[in-house]
Amino acid sequence: MAPPAATPAPAPVAAAPAKPALPPGSPLIGRPEGNEAAAKLAPVAAPPLPAAADKLPTAMLKVPRGFHVEVYASGIANARSLRIGDKGTVFVGTRFGNKVTAVVKKDGKTELKTVASGLYRPNGLAIHDGTLYIAELSQISKIDNVENVLDNPPKPTVIYKDLPKDEAHGWKFIGIGPDNKLYIPVGQPGNNVLHDANHGQIRRINLDGTGRENVALGVRNSVGFDWNPVNHQLYFSDNGRDWMSEDVPQDELNRVTKVGEDFGAPYCYQGNLPDPEFGWGHSCSEFTPPILLTGPHSAGLGLRFYTGHMFPKKYHDAIFLARHGSWNRSKKFGGDILVVHLKKDGNVKSTEVFMSGFLQNNNYVGRPVDVEIMKDGSMLVSDDWNGAIYRITYGKTHTASR
Amino acid sequence: MKTSMLRHRLAAAALAFAVSQPLPAETIVERAAPCLACHGENGQSQNAEIPSLGGQTAPYALIQLYLFREKQREVEVMNEMTKSFTDDDLRAFSDFIATLPPPKPPTEAGDPARMQQGAALITQFRCNGCHTLNLAGRDNIPRIADQREDYLVKTLREYKSNARHGYDGTMAEVLAEVSDAQIVALAYTIARFR
Repeated sequence: MAPPAATPAPAPVAAAPAKPALPPGSPLIGRPEGNEAAAKLAPVAAPPLPAAADKLPTAMLKVPRGFHVEVYASGIANARSLRIGDKGTVFVGTRFGNKVTAVVKKDGKTELKTVASGLYRPNGLAIHDGTLYIAELSQISKIDNVENVLDNPPKPTVIYKDLPKDEAHGWKFIGIGPDNKLYIPVGQPGNNVLHDANHGQIRRINLDGTGRENVALGVRNSVGFDWNPVNHQLYFSDNGRDWMSEDVPQDELNRVTKVGEDFGAPYCYQGNLPDPEFGWGHSCSEFTPPILLTGPHSAGLGLRFYTGHMFPKKYHDAIFLARHGSWNRSKKFGGDILVVHLKKDGNVKSTEVFMSGFLQNNNYVGRPVDVEIMKDGSMLVSDDWNGAIYRITYGKTHTASR
Repeated sequence: MKTSMLRHRLAAAALAFAVSQPLPAETIVERAAPCLACHGENGQSQNAEIPSLGGQTAPYALIQLYLFREKQREVEVMNEMTKSFTDDDLRAFSDFIATLPPPKPPTEAGDPARMQQGAALITQFRCNGCHTLNLAGRDNIPRIADQREDYLVKTLREYKSNARHGYDGTMAEVLAEVSDAQIVALAYTIARFR
């Protein structure tokens, strides 16, 4: 999509006749010429049909000793963002489908209900005071008292439309902060482009759609964030650019300490790597570096602070980050859940891979997108490849749920 | 032709029901006959703006059939044909489509200057990255080699205007700065690809 007129000059490749132009949104921008290994890489799209319950890769999924994985729900095509209502309803967003699904457990049975349909890339969800907020590609809508109207939901009411319509990095993760404001990322409209003032950011608005303010700038494509329950700061994942190399830039975990901070894209990636095209005339020291590098092309998406009590103490207030896994890398990387343990000051103490097995022999058997903490402290993990949600429990509690 | 086949199938079904005998399971070849009535025998279409299906990748065909069933891609005939398909039907038809032979290029080779112009654009816009060097596609990325020229023009225009929502939005991005003249030039060469 052509950016609005106020856009700065497009990618400089357009000016160099020796190197023909690629459109600004193309994921192939920057792909090395004449490199056979690079030519084999292309975006991987999840199949449209969910896998049958007995075809899920549950047995291949590995978690630390004492933890257990079970299927919470299946048959939800392209299951992406997860949110849980006060009554325990699990809401599921999707990128390739057009509906929002509610998972209701009653008398040991799992029921899937469509709460909204005919939507366009309804990837992002938030829930607050009983209201479900839905982020489509370019608008936000809501359903009040959603858990009371699951059987006969009204059409969602649009509250905010002041969003670009770009397909590239246009699907959204949303969340409501401790300030009761709705946070909305607007990614760069392409792999590596100079963006205008309406892109490359995380903005926040009041719940009635007013009062827009940019919270973070220089954001390439964030599809996950949460607030630290200790210091209330916003932590967000951000995906680095493609086609620079197999190993850099790495994806980022960032922390916002003051409103309007700039995290560098597209001038500087991973805090210390000036972009070969746009980095000229800039220094990485102008920008806030990430607090953690989360791996090359690993596609860190949804994340949550663990605020439950079921898991052992060392996981309390730690970040669980779903890494969707790479496509722009010969040897795929990610496809797991990473735990990030923080120090008291909010910086990173250590990391560990918590859940793996989605990547087998350089092929995905599943891809984690988002995590969410249930009231009992167990954790849900969505898998858009299989259209499924897994539940992770610790200790003996898992037997009770069977 | 299509209507008469449908009528024939309906009549057969009614007869089977009338004599209370289980309807013998139709093979996928029989079930696909109405598809090929429009899309061409062996999957090479002779009809304006109707695509050849031969040699299409199964994952791409599955995605399109799914989008038709869900009305996320709106083409009335196809929405109607797929509306009662089960997930297994979608899989069966897409697997079948992938077994049809790829369409053949037209016998005459095409104007060399235009062929060269299109080939340069294929390289410039790197169509042959995702769609592979011989434009045969892979996985969720479709075969485009020797597709009908009019269908290619129509499709590229629809992707560019976002009238056709792609599955993952990649084509809308890729086409953002491809001009209409370039679309016409690309389609000319891709339809005659050897």
